[in-house]
This record gives sequence, C-alpha cells and structure tokens, in this order.
Amino acid sequence: MLKIECLSVEIDNKEILKGINLEVNKGEIHAIMGPNGSGKSTLTQTIAGREEYKIRSGSILYKGMDLSKMAPEIRAREGIFAAFQYPIEIPGVNNTYFLRTALNAIRKHKGLEDVEAFDFLKLVKKEMKEIGMSEDMLRRSVNEGFSGGEKKRNEILQLSILQPDLAILDETDSGLDIDALKIVSEGVNRFHGPEKSIILITHYQRLLDYIKPDFVHVLSNGRIIKSGGSELALELEEKGYDWLNDLSEAEGECK
Amino acid sequence: MDRKITNKKEEERKLFEELENSEYKYGFKTEIEMDIVGKGLNEDIVRLISKKKDEPDFLLEWRLRAFRHWQTMEMPEWPQLKINPIDFQEIIYYAAPKKKKSLKSLDEVDEEILDTFNRLGIPLDEQKKLSGVAVDAVFDSVSVATTFSDKLKDLGVIFCSFSEAVKNHPELIKKYLGSVVPYRDNFFATLNSAVFSDGTFCYIPKGITCPMDLSSYFRINTANIGQFERTLIIAEEGSSVNYLEGCTAPMRDENQLHAAVVELIALDDAKIKYSTVQNWYPGDKEGKGGIYNFVTKRGICKGDNSKISWTQVETGSAITWKYPSCILKGDNSVGEFYSVAVTNNYQQADTGTKMIHIGKNTKSTIISKGISGGHSNNSYRGLVRMTKSASNSRNFSQCDSLLLGNKCGAHTFPYLEVDKNNSSKVEHEATTSRIGENQLFYLQQRGLSMEDAVSMIVNGFCKEVLNELPMEFAVEAQKLLDISLEGSVG
Repeated sequence: MLKIECLSVEIDNKEILKGINLEVNKGEIHAIMGPNGSGKSTLTQTIAGREEYKIRSGSILYKGMDLSKMAPEIRAREGIFAAFQYPIEIPGVNNTYFLRTALNAIRKHKGLEDVEAFDFLKLVKKEMKEIGMSEDMLRRSVNEGFSGGEKKRNEILQLSILQPDLAILDETDSGLDIDALKIVSEGVNRFHGPEKSIILITHYQRLLDYIKPDFVHVLSNGRIIKSGGSELALELEEKGYDWLNDLSEAEGECK
Repeated sequence: MDRKITNKKEEERKLFEELENSEYKYGFKTEIEMDIVGKGLNEDIVRLISKKKDEPDFLLEWRLRAFRHWQTMEMPEWPQLKINPIDFQEIIYYAAPKKKKSLKSLDEVDEEILDTFNRLGIPLDEQKKLSGVAVDAVFDSVSVATTFSDKLKDLGVIFCSFSEAVKNHPELIKKYLGSVVPYRDNFFATLNSAVFSDGTFCYIPKGITCPMDLSSYFRINTANIGQFERTLIIAEEGSSVNYLEGCTAPMRDENQLHAAVVELIALDDAKIKYSTVQNWYPGDKEGKGGIYNFVTKRGICKGDNSKISWTQVETGSAITWKYPSCILKGDNSVGEFYSVAVTNNYQQADTGTKMIHIGKNTKSTIISKGISGGHSNNSYRGLVRMTKSASNSRNFSQCDSLLLGNKCGAHTFPYLEVDKNNSSKVEHEATTSRIGENQLFYLQQRGLSMEDAVSMIVNGFCKEVLNELPMEFAVEAQKLLDISLEGSVG
C-alpha cells in the first residue's frame, strides 16, 4: 500500500525527516510514536502533500504510484486520508455540504455517480450516532466553534464517510477524555478491515489500549530508531523514550 | 425539513457542475434593427429624448434644469479609483429597437429580443415566463416588455416601464421623481436626470403585500451606448414588496457607461427589499473594456416603522461606484445594507452605503463582504450619520475583506458623524484576511480541487449576505462568484 524509502524532508531549508524507511501493507495498523519535535507531524503533512514540505531525497510510493507527482486532492481521491491534529475551521461552510462535496469528488474520480442526497443524509446520521455527535453538527459550519473533542469526532466522521484506503491519524487522541477516546477508537476500529491500512501517530501509549497496532515504530530526531510489535509500545510507556537515545538502529542506513 | 435541505443541496451540486465551463456567458451581441440617436450630448438631445417619449412639459423642464446644472459640474475623483477620462460627446444617449407598431402584448415583441432574454435566462413569452416573478426587461434605452402587469393591476399594484408610468400616472411621477435623489445630487445622477430614457416603476398601494417578486433585467447591447435608466418604487402605508435587479452586457473592448438612479420611498409601516445581482461585463483579463457602473441608489424610510433593505452581489463591471443608502426619517424605521463585492483581474469597486438617522429609535445594519483577487482593488466606503433628532438609535457595521492573492487590494473607509446625540450607539467592526493556506489544504486533502476549495471558502465568507437573497437569486449569485473568481488565487 505505502512504501517509504530513505525519505528526507525539509521545511524552510531545515531538514526534519532524515531518511525514513517504512512499509505499510494492506490491512496493517502501524503506530508511530516519538517525542515532540521528532518529525511525526511532518510525516503526515508530507504524505498528505502539503507544499511547504519539500522532499529532499528518497521516495514515497502509494499503490505503486509516486506520490511526489500527485496533487493533494488526487492523493485524497486515490484514498489517502489524513486526520489532522488541529482540524481547520471553515466559517460559513455547512458541515454536511462540505462532506458531501468531498465524497462526490472522490466518487467522481472513481467513475461513480454522485451519492443520492437522501442516502447520504441517512448514512451521515447513522455514523454520527455511532460517534456520539449531535445532529445539529450537520447544520453547523465546518469545525467552527467545535470543542477540541468535537473536532476530533468530526475527523472520524469524515473518515467513516469517505472510506479511504490509507488513514493517517495524527495525534487524534490528544485532548480527548477517556470516554471520547473510547468512542473515537471504536470508530477507527469499525473503519479498519483487511483492505484498510492505518498509520497512528501518537505521543502516548494509551490510544494503543484501544486500537491494537501490528507494528510500532519509534521516531526520534527525524529517524525511525526502533521498530517492533505492539509490546514495544508498552515498553515505551514504562521506560519513556530516553533509553532509546543511545540506539541508532536504523536498519538499512540511507545516504 | 430534510427534503428542503436535499433540494437546496441538489441545486448546489448542479451549480458546482456548471462551474467547469465558466466564463462571462452573457457576452454575445444581438443583431437587430435599432433606432439610434447620433453620438453627443447637448440640449437638443435632451429635448429629442423627451420628445421621443412624448413627455409632459414638467418632465422636459426637469430634464433641462438637470442638464444645465450638469454643465456646471465636474466629474468627481476618487483616490482609490483609476478612471480613464470619459468623453461624454462620444456616447450614444438613445438606442431603441425599431418597433413595427405599438405593442399590445408580449407576442408582438421582436423574436430577436425574446431570444436575447431567453439566452440570458429570462423568458418573457407567456408560456415560459418565470412563475412568481414579474419582469420588466430593459434593452439599451427602453423597456421592451413587462410581464404580469395586468395580473398585478387587479390588486392595484402598478408595475410598468418608467415611460408608461409617465404617460399613465404623471401625478405620481411629479410627486416622487427626484424626491430622494434630487437632480442636483451628484455628477452622474444629474447626468441621468437629463438623459434617462426608461426604467421601471412600481407602486404598491396601501396595505398590499405584493404577491410576487418584481424585477428588472437590464441589458446593454449597442456599442458606444450609455445606459441611463431610473427605477422608482413607492410603497404606500403598510405595504411590502420584494424587488430584484439583474444586468448583463456584451463583451466589447471599449468601456461603456451605465449611470442609473434608483429611488425608493417607504411610507408608514411599509417594507421594501431590494436585491441586486450585478453582472455587467467586467472587461477582459488584461483590464480592457467593461462597463463603468456609476449608480446612485437611495431609499427613504419616510414613514414610521418602515423598513428598507438593500442586498447586492456585485461581481461585474470594470468599475463599480455605488452606495445604496437609506434615509431613516420615520421613527422606528430600519435600514439594512448587505453587500458582497467581488473584484478580479483589473476590476475596481468602490462601494458601500450611507445610513442617515433622523427619526427616533431608528436602526441600521451594514454587513459588507469584499473579496479581491488578481490585480483588483476593492474598497468599502460607508457613512453613518446620527443627527440630533435621532435619539436612541443604533447602527451596527461589519466590513470584512478577503484577499485571494498578493497583488490585489482591500480598503475600508468608514465615516461616522454623530451630532450632539448621546443616546445613540454606533458599532463598527472590520477585518481583513488572506484566504487561509490551511483552509485550502484541508479541503484539498478531502478531495476538493483548488478551485472548488476557493469557491467553498468564499461562499462561506459571504454566507450572511447570500442568505438575504431570494433562493433563485442566491443560486445565481453563487454561480457568479465562482465564475468571477476563476484563476484568482496564486
């Protein structure tokens, strides 16, 4: 699904990612953990196609396609979805209208008809109920005046409606209380399936109590310094990140 | 409820589809035999126009007074507008389609003209005409057709061309013409007073709520013509009316002048809602050609508890210069101004309003949204005056500007005048923002193209104003916004 090789990324001429290797196959859940400033969000923005994040070297292949040659909206239509750490407010734009326009843009790309308005509304209402969002959010502007938790739920709503193939969840757990975290995690688990891959980017282990990753990677100072199974997350919880600093594992060094 | 949402969404979806092949769609010319008066302006031309319309003496006298006064005036200058000099002797002041005979019904309107308005989406023939909206269609200098006149007449509502009103209701014209915008008012209003050729007249009698929206559609066709029309709307005690106005012109390399005057009179408890979607040809991408839209619009809330509401969506014209205003004379009267002005490429707009509070407990609201892209310049200019007599009055103004690039400009010029009035309150809020990279990226990451993302953000920005428009007009306005903003970012 996604193959990242020796990826080096800079922003404002400063190198943030310094040679990342990562392979995500169909149906896998990967957790990327690491301290603040390690480059976690940069990885999300780069995969999503934010222009300011320039690829210095290396490559990202998605379904065999070179991502660097694809506009952000094409990546989205091909099935990449990034749930952002700080979802953006768009005043005056109705949440339902936005979601439906997005869904239809993706459907059109796949050669599908627009979704019927009635069916769409039914679907959205069902998903909202699952995520515990009140229906008045349908009529409100995109993320405007939403609380932190409401914004995160809105991202999960989009995830469940747009049904991408690869979801990158950037610190989706931050700012959520335990109840909200449970609901959001359930939403992610419902989304997950043999055809759907997920990259969880998180600072804390607690999210992984609810969403069980197949692989855990530790990102530090722009490099993946350790990879392992879900047990690695527990080890991190126990020992913190410091014990890893001495490691410069980085299998297959990049030049 | 859901169904209603669904329908609206459906229209919005169609709207997005139509975007794909958008440009100025109304730039075609109509070939038709015209009665054209030669270029130039002098007293004889003024007399000729009056004679062609078979006008009573009082009107000719009024025109001549205006013309003589105009000759003593100089064209004003604005710091934020660059206007190429206008040679008033190079303008045609009268052009009308040649009539085969006097028209008794719409069936007798020339095919070419019916066809023209059809192409503009304004069918005039009996079978196809818009339901629920009566239309007065103005082609160059004259009104060519008015729909539903007879039906409205049964209620006592007069809806006809200005020329017909002069013939059939001279007493109303005499009483109200120039009563809100005097012929000496300003350079372009004075010029209009001298040479106006037609326009729309509406009279809503006491206690009547006009059962359908009334509208005028203005079309400029002939090259080098200046269009000078007047609209006069009188709402008697306790009456109410919704009025809509639209306009287009062919694409030409020369600038053309449109200088209209609109006067609204609302008596006790009357309500007038006036909505405009202005889509004159804006000129090409390099700023060549386009309409100079210099318009004086003013309403008076003459009676107590009356209300005048202006809503405008200004997307066209090379230069727009207009300040739809309210004189709040009656106690408890209300004035509103909702505006979206979009400029792109080399367009210029200087628009806003004046709210003159005279009566007690008067209220006014101003919501202005300016959007600039390309090399364009967009100014809000608004005056709020609280006179001494206007005790306990309120104004709220909000002016927001959205910039879509870094070569365009947005300016806000609020003027406040409060005369020894302690009980009144004026509030002004203004913001200027650049379209957010974060917002654009967020929408793109969800699959929207750049153009659709811009359109969505801009429409959201204008929501408060677009909500004031009647449904069909709002859809039209949204389409226009999208077309006007093509290629505005980056």
